[in-house]
Amino acid sequence: MSANNFEQQLVAQRDYLMRFARLQLRNEAWAEDTVSETLLAALAKPQAFEGRSQLKTWLVGILKHKIIDSLRVRQREVVLDTDPEDDSFDPLEHMAFKADGHFAQRPADWGNPEQDLSSRQFMAVLDACTEKLPPMQARLFLMREWLELSSDEICKELGLTATNLYVQLHRARLRLRECLELNWFASR
Amino acid sequence: MNPLLRKFPLMRNCKEVTALVVAREDRELPATERVALRVHMAMCKACPVFERQMLIMRNAMKQWRHYGESD
Repeated sequence: MSANNFEQQLVAQRDYLMRFARLQLRNEAWAEDTVSETLLAALAKPQAFEGRSQLKTWLVGILKHKIIDSLRVRQREVVLDTDPEDDSFDPLEHMAFKADGHFAQRPADWGNPEQDLSSRQFMAVLDACTEKLPPMQARLFLMREWLELSSDEICKELGLTATNLYVQLHRARLRLRECLELNWFASR
Repeated sequence: MNPLLRKFPLMRNCKEVTALVVAREDRELPATERVALRVHMAMCKACPVFERQMLIMRNAMKQWRHYGESD
């Protein structure tokens, strides 16, 4: 593979990488930076790609490392960026529970959607629902679900207490659940 | 629920169980909570449906992580 050809292939993946970087970082400038760093790192060591079949998978692996570095460096901004309204909003309080804490009505049966879950349409809804999460919740949620860090690792990288992390993840998961229900499962 | 039953240490209501089912995605639950969860699931018709939603979401996120990698 010629050097030029490799460079073109890398640049062609820019949009794909930006999609993840934007969702995870919630900051256009940080996203641009990490994607540029990723492409430069890849360009500097094309031999590391030799023998691998998926350029995307290799690049995403590099991008994840760059993003973790970026989150670590900006940890204060990453976790201070909360909307005061989100700070007091617990989606659990808005679910249909009776006064004694039992379900007032049974949650909806989402069926057996295993086939649908990999469809382009469902991915678009999942993307949109993730985008709608408040920035701090989205970052923490994606650190779990996309970067696949453990809760302990996230607390360490960001200097966050476990309690704070769990509160945010609880809210993010319930918000996402509600969004998916409204925009996908209820309309099936 | 019978208020006497409520005092039994392993009894949880749906709201508490819902919170546990969500929390389980991010941390290991203490043994008491795990047992309480099982006890509740065995006698509740609504919470297993919510639990299934969380499993579907877990599965969805797995698909999402790898979406578009192979084209």
